[in-house]
Amino acid sequence: MINEELAVKMVGITKRFPGVIANNNINFEVKRGEIHSLLGENGAGKTTLMNILYGLYAMDKGEIYIYGEKVDIGSPKDAIKLGIGMIHQHFTLVPPFTVTENIILGYEGNNLILKTDEAEKRIMELAEKYGFEVDPRKKVMYLSVGEQQRVEILKALYRGAKILILDEPTSVLTPPETKQLFNILRRMADEGKSVIFISHKLDEVMEISDRITVLRKGKVVSTVSKDETSKRELAKMMVGREVIFLLSRPEVEVGEIVLDVQGLFVLDDRGLTAVKNVYLNVRRGEILGIAGVAGNGQKELAEAIVGVRKALKGKIFVEGKNVTNRPPYELMSMGIGYITEDRVGKGLIIDLTVKENLISKVYSAMTRKLFFLDKDLAERYSKWLIKEFDIVAPSPETPAKTLSGGNLQKLLLARELAIEPTLLVASQPTRGLDVGATEYIRERLLEQKKRGTAILLISEDLEEILGLSDRVAVMYEGEIMGVLPVKDANIEDIGLMMAGAKRLNR
Amino acid sequence: MVLPRLKLEKRPPPTLKMKVAAAIGSIALALLFSSILIVQAGVNPLVGYFHLFYGALGDKLSLTETFVRFCPLALTGVACAIAFLCKFWNIGAEGQLYAGGLAATFFGISFLGAPSYLIIPLMTISGFLGGAFWAFIPAALKTRWKVDEVVTTLLGNWIIYFITGAILYGPWQNPVTKWPESPAISEAAKLPILIPGTRFHLGIVLALIVVLIYLVIYWGTAWGYELKAIGANPEASYSMGIKVERNMVLAAILSGGIAGLAGAFEVNGLNFHMKLDLSHGYGYTGIVIAMLGGLHPVGVALAAFFMAIIVTGTQAMHRVTGVPFPLSEVIQGLSLICLLLGNFLTEYRVRRVVE
Repeated sequence: MINEELAVKMVGITKRFPGVIANNNINFEVKRGEIHSLLGENGAGKTTLMNILYGLYAMDKGEIYIYGEKVDIGSPKDAIKLGIGMIHQHFTLVPPFTVTENIILGYEGNNLILKTDEAEKRIMELAEKYGFEVDPRKKVMYLSVGEQQRVEILKALYRGAKILILDEPTSVLTPPETKQLFNILRRMADEGKSVIFISHKLDEVMEISDRITVLRKGKVVSTVSKDETSKRELAKMMVGREVIFLLSRPEVEVGEIVLDVQGLFVLDDRGLTAVKNVYLNVRRGEILGIAGVAGNGQKELAEAIVGVRKALKGKIFVEGKNVTNRPPYELMSMGIGYITEDRVGKGLIIDLTVKENLISKVYSAMTRKLFFLDKDLAERYSKWLIKEFDIVAPSPETPAKTLSGGNLQKLLLARELAIEPTLLVASQPTRGLDVGATEYIRERLLEQKKRGTAILLISEDLEEILGLSDRVAVMYEGEIMGVLPVKDANIEDIGLMMAGAKRLNR
Repeated sequence: MVLPRLKLEKRPPPTLKMKVAAAIGSIALALLFSSILIVQAGVNPLVGYFHLFYGALGDKLSLTETFVRFCPLALTGVACAIAFLCKFWNIGAEGQLYAGGLAATFFGISFLGAPSYLIIPLMTISGFLGGAFWAFIPAALKTRWKVDEVVTTLLGNWIIYFITGAILYGPWQNPVTKWPESPAISEAAKLPILIPGTRFHLGIVLALIVVLIYLVIYWGTAWGYELKAIGANPEASYSMGIKVERNMVLAAILSGGIAGLAGAFEVNGLNFHMKLDLSHGYGYTGIVIAMLGGLHPVGVALAAFFMAIIVTGTQAMHRVTGVPFPLSEVIQGLSLICLLLGNFLTEYRVRRVVE
């Protein structure tokens, strides 16, 4: 029932954030009755673009037309009035309220008495029309994630949404729930509503879309019709780079296995299985890169290896010793270094000084007579590291929180590398850093590899993975889709694996 | 009327100077606000404050009395500071003080024949253990089941208070006076008086030694470093190998133990029996002292001394000028509120937005 009438037309949308252009002169059109996917890696600008359409962000430049009329969307309220609804990854429901109460909450605020019965009838009608299964009297706290999502969609429909934006809606769903969601979306499109589906999963995009717009680094690569494209082509557009950029890599004799992960299962914070049956090994002097779109279990994998997250099943061996579910203070003494992706929140203690941060893994070795800390040694140690790692800090006594992002990362790196780790788990080591700091950190990692450290490198940046690693593993939905030597790596294949459309046999 | 729009801006991290200025400024502000009440009582605030400070510091006797107050206040102050250092929000120093007092009294009234060199250490140790036990329960609940320690330590105060009441109206009720107070401890159990003719007892010196021990922990030990790290970022501390839970329980035990010492010394240094009003809110004042002192040992000692002056001085002021002595608590409360404001201002600057 696709109609040539344009539901949404966004012209020349530009949005800058400090340091990045999230949306660069984007043109985007959605027809009436169409399911249109926005495909791209993390940080490609998909969510930003939709947040602009929904009035959450103000754009710097550009124009928006809804059903042909130029509009000015200053807030989600304006967007809702225009018939735009958005379902975020994080729901905005009130758990102790019923489904009906949640749906009418805020909408019928001007009536003193809530007409719950009437609302309930309308909700049932809507549910029937689009094939929802919901009990309007059930409290939201007793609903599954998939059901909650349906309530969010119903809420948007109840408010008269004709254009529905869904931000990575399947990331929280089980496969049958996904199926159900797709049926609903299809019916909505058949009714003449427009659906914008944000995703990085190729299979789903190919299954549900009429048309697909691929974004990369804030720009539109292309808009294609599903029938005229293939997963392979989409993967290429999404990942982009044809040429693999290689750093001059030191030739290192690869030694014995240091890290050996066998059949690992790990849960994420929501209690869903984030890591599924992962087998990996990293040898002395080797960098194993883990590629993948963020949120596919990489963080949980890293955390399980360094002991800050419980493994559900499976085993982790370091230098032949079973370290599964051992606490960090035991792992640390085995020489495991960890560069967390959340350097400010979980890596460093930014309220303490540079010195106090630098000694935080070695202070017990600096403890002399009784319990006293050797202040002189701590001072010399931190001065040496500040110089060695080129950290820009006026003195060791400087509070860490005054340092720039790049210097904080160097601080973390210095702390972890100074213990000469046998195994280093580096998660997004250069995220958010400028070119200079990025280069420095990459060189340091290569240097460490030369010294015989086994490095597990997790990064969203494919260039980084391909530039540094000896072997690449691709992670998708918690599974390793394949491991291959970097010299045999084909960017297209990696793109397909990242989007879950290809799997190598182990 | 159009209200100006104000905006908060983060400042660079406060320096030591700024923190000291905030503490002193908030005390000054608290005294300023309190002078309204002094005026209300029909007294010139300058005269009132003169009597307050003179009554606390003016002669040998008043100075020693101030030190008598300093003893429990320094101990509860250090107790709170150690716990707060690793962000274990121990609001229960008051209850731990009573637990320590009860434990110490048990030995004090049970072994009447014991010589000083036995019974005094025994009461000191049991006072410590009593308080430590009372703090251990919430610490264990927090580390095991993530039960909020603010609630448990605070409610623990009332539980031990009423247990004290039950004991003092029951088995320990003074057989002679029938008052809700324990029988007197033996002569041998009383702490020696160090300055004859005053109430300056050994406990005051021991309290100073506790402050000194805290100084050493804070300044020079790996454990002090661990507590600071845990307080600043428990997650990061855990992931880099600090035993967060164990250290937190240890800090809570030490904190409760020190508060328990305050209770023991109030019994064998001052009152010589357990009573229901053993503490005049010292445990709560300890919170104010720890915060005013910025958790720093020197700061805590100074803040405790200041609070001792206020407590002793307001009574003197009351005697001379008739200003009601609960003013002491008003000043305490206001200093904390002003300090919270002051600390906020050392971190943020308020700016008027020009449109």
